[in-house]
Amino acid sequence: MRFAFDDEQLLFRKNVRDVLTRVFPATQLRQAWTSEIGRSRERWKALAELGVVSALVPEAQGGLGMTELDLVLALEECGRVALPEPISETAAIVVPLLRELSNEAARGLLARIACGAVIATVGFESERYVESAHFADVLVLQKGDELHAIEGKSVRLQAQRSVDGGRRLFSVEWSPASATCLARGEEARRVVAAARDRASLALAAELVGLARCMIETTVAYAKVRTQFGQPIGSFQAVKHHLANAHLEVEVAAPMVYRAAHSIAHGTAARSMHASMAKARASDAANAAARCALQVHGAIGYSFEHDLHLFMKRAWALAGAWGDAAHHRARCADVIFGTNDL
Amino acid sequence: MELDDSKDEIAFRDEARRWLEENVPKNALPSGDTQEGFALHVEWEKKLFAARWSVVSWPKAYGGREASLVEWLIFEEEYYRAAAPQRVTQNGIFLLAPTLFEFGTEAQRQKLLPRMSSAEDLWCQGWSEPNAGSDLAGLKSIASRDEARGGFVLSGQKTWCTRGAFCNKLFGLFRSDPTAERHKGLTYLMVDLGAPGVTVRPVDRLDGDAGFAEVFFDDVFVPDDGVLGTVHQGWSVAMATTGSERGLTLRSPGRFVATAARLVALCKRLGHRGHSVDARLRDRVVQAYLDAEAYRVYTLQTVTKVTSGAAIGAESSLNKIFWSEMDVRLHELALELLGVRAELVEGAPDAIDGGAWMKGFQFALAGPIYAGTNEIQRNVVAERVLGLPRAAAK
Repeated sequence: MRFAFDDEQLLFRKNVRDVLTRVFPATQLRQAWTSEIGRSRERWKALAELGVVSALVPEAQGGLGMTELDLVLALEECGRVALPEPISETAAIVVPLLRELSNEAARGLLARIACGAVIATVGFESERYVESAHFADVLVLQKGDELHAIEGKSVRLQAQRSVDGGRRLFSVEWSPASATCLARGEEARRVVAAARDRASLALAAELVGLARCMIETTVAYAKVRTQFGQPIGSFQAVKHHLANAHLEVEVAAPMVYRAAHSIAHGTAARSMHASMAKARASDAANAAARCALQVHGAIGYSFEHDLHLFMKRAWALAGAWGDAAHHRARCADVIFGTNDL
Repeated sequence: MELDDSKDEIAFRDEARRWLEENVPKNALPSGDTQEGFALHVEWEKKLFAARWSVVSWPKAYGGREASLVEWLIFEEEYYRAAAPQRVTQNGIFLLAPTLFEFGTEAQRQKLLPRMSSAEDLWCQGWSEPNAGSDLAGLKSIASRDEARGGFVLSGQKTWCTRGAFCNKLFGLFRSDPTAERHKGLTYLMVDLGAPGVTVRPVDRLDGDAGFAEVFFDDVFVPDDGVLGTVHQGWSVAMATTGSERGLTLRSPGRFVATAARLVALCKRLGHRGHSVDARLRDRVVQAYLDAEAYRVYTLQTVTKVTSGAAIGAESSLNKIFWSEMDVRLHELALELLGVRAELVEGAPDAIDGGAWMKGFQFALAGPIYAGTNEIQRNVVAERVLGLPRAAAK
C-alpha cells in the first residue's frame, strides 16, 4: 500500500499551477463574468499545450495516454482558480467517454480534441443543462439510450443564468440523426454511467481546489485584518471556524484521490468511491465557503470583493452532477445492500 | 499510488484474521475498567503476547513482529472487525512506548518494553492534576532532586489516570525546577505505583466503572533510571507522546470502520435493509459510514507520509478532532435508531447488544476531552498548521 502521488504527477500539477497563474490572473475571472462569451480560446490553447486537454486521450490519437490519477491534481488546480473553461467537461468527461467507444467517429473526435482544435461539452438528460454549450465545437448529448456527437452550430440554445457568472449553462434543443450517433443501447447506457462517475470525480477535484483556495485566502485575511488591536486570526472563535473548514477539506481530498485511483484502475467499487468523493468534496467546499464568508465579514459579502466568485462556483459545483445527498443515496444503496458496487 | 494490499500484506491479514477468529472470546469480556474485568483483559493480553500479536510493529526482541505501519493498520482493522477485547495495555503500548523508543536509553528499553508487551507491567498516564487539565504546563506536582540516593522525590497529586486503580506503573510529568519558565522545568518520570508513599484512590467514571484513579505522592522516591529523556526537558519529551496519542496509534481507523459496520447492521436489523428507518436518519447513518471510510483513507495517506520519512506533528490534531467527534456521532445515531430501548443497559432483558451502544456512547463522549480537548486541538491546527497568530497576552 502506498497512498501518494509520484514525482511526475506532482510535477504536472506544478506546471498547471504555474501556467494558470500566468495565463489566468485573478482579474480575468471577473472579465469572464462580464464578457459575452466568458470563455477564451487563448486560455484553452495554453491548457492544450500543457497537456491537460489531451491527458486522457490515447497516444494513438495524439494524446498523452494518461489516467484519471494523473489528471486529478490538474483539475484541482483548475478548481483552485475557478477556471471558467469547460475543462472537466472536455478532458475528464467527454475524452474518456469517447475512449471507451470503438467506432471511427469517436477516434476522430479524440484526435481533434487532443490537438486543441475541438472543445467539447456534455449533456445528459439527468443533468438538464449543458455547461459551455455556446462555446463548444461539439456537444456529446444523450437522448434515451442513444448518445450523439452534435456540432455546436447545429443546436438551439437558451441561456440559463447561473448564480456563478463564470458558469454558462444552456438548455439545448437538438435533433439526433443516424450520422451523429456515437453509441446506442447497452453500450450507450454503460458509457453514460461511467461518464457520470468521472464527472463526479472531476467536479470533486475542482471543489477540493476551490475549498483550499478559499481557506488559504481567508487565513491570509485573518492574519492582516485587525480588530480590538489584534489580528482577527488570533481570536479563538475565528481559529476554530478555520480549523473546522481545513479539517473537512483535508479529509475530503484523499477520498477524491482514491476515487481517481479506483476509476483509473477499473476497481469494482469505483462508482461508490466516486460518489463518496463527490459527497464529501461538495460538503467540504460548502463548509469552506461558509467559513470564508463569516471570517471575512461584511467585506466578503460585498460584490466588489473576489470571495463571492469562488463561493458561487463552490455552490454551483456542489450541486452539479448530483449533490452530496444524491451521492450519499447512491452509497446507501451499496451499504444497505440493495445494489452491487 | 498503490492502494491494494501487497502479497505480504494479504498474507499478514489472513494470518491475523485466522488467529483472531480462533482466539477472540466468543462472549464479550466484562468491562476492562472494573477490577474483575481488568484481570480477564490482562489474561487476554498475555494470550496476544504469546502469539506475538500484542505489539506487532515492535522489534522482535521486545515481543513484536517488526511489522510495517501498514501491517499494523491491517492488524487493527482485523482486531476490531473480530470485535476483540479492548486493549487495557494501550496506555503503555501506544503512549509510553513510542516515547521510550524515541528518548529512552537502551537499558530502559530492554528493561521496560518486554514487560510491557507481555502485560507484566501495566501502565497508566499521570499528566492531569486537579488544577492542570488543558493547561497542562500549569502542573504542580514536584520532583525534588535527591543527590544522595541518586533520583527524585515526588510529592503532589495526579488525577484522571485511566485504569490507574489496576495498574502497577505510572508515567507522568513532574516539576523538577520550580524556578524555570513553566514549560522548561518539567521532567518525565516513570514511577512504580508499589513504591512507599504512593496512594491510589479509584474514581468512578461517568458510566459507573472505576476507570479513573487519583494518585497521591508523599515523598515517593524514583531512582534516576526512571527519568525518560533529559531532566527538565519533560515537556518536549511528553509532546512526542501526544503526537502518537492524538494521531495514529491510539485510535486507528479499524476501530471506527468496525463501529460503522455495526451501526449499518443495526439499521438493517431494525428495518428491512434500513428502509423502515426514517429517511433522514438513514442518510445520517450513511454519512457516518462515510466518515469512517474517510478517516481510513486519510490515514492511508498519513501512513505513507510517515513511511516516507515525514514526521506527523501538529497535523495529528486533525486526526484527533475527527475520530473523537465521529465516534460520538456513530453512537448518537445508534441511540436514535434504538429509540425507547436506547436507555436500556446491561442486565435489562430488552437491551439490544447488552446495552453496548449506551456504554460505548458514554465512552465516546470522553474522546473530545482526553488526549487534549478538541478546543485545544483546534487551536493547535489554527496556529501550527494554518499559521494563525497566537492570542495576544493579557
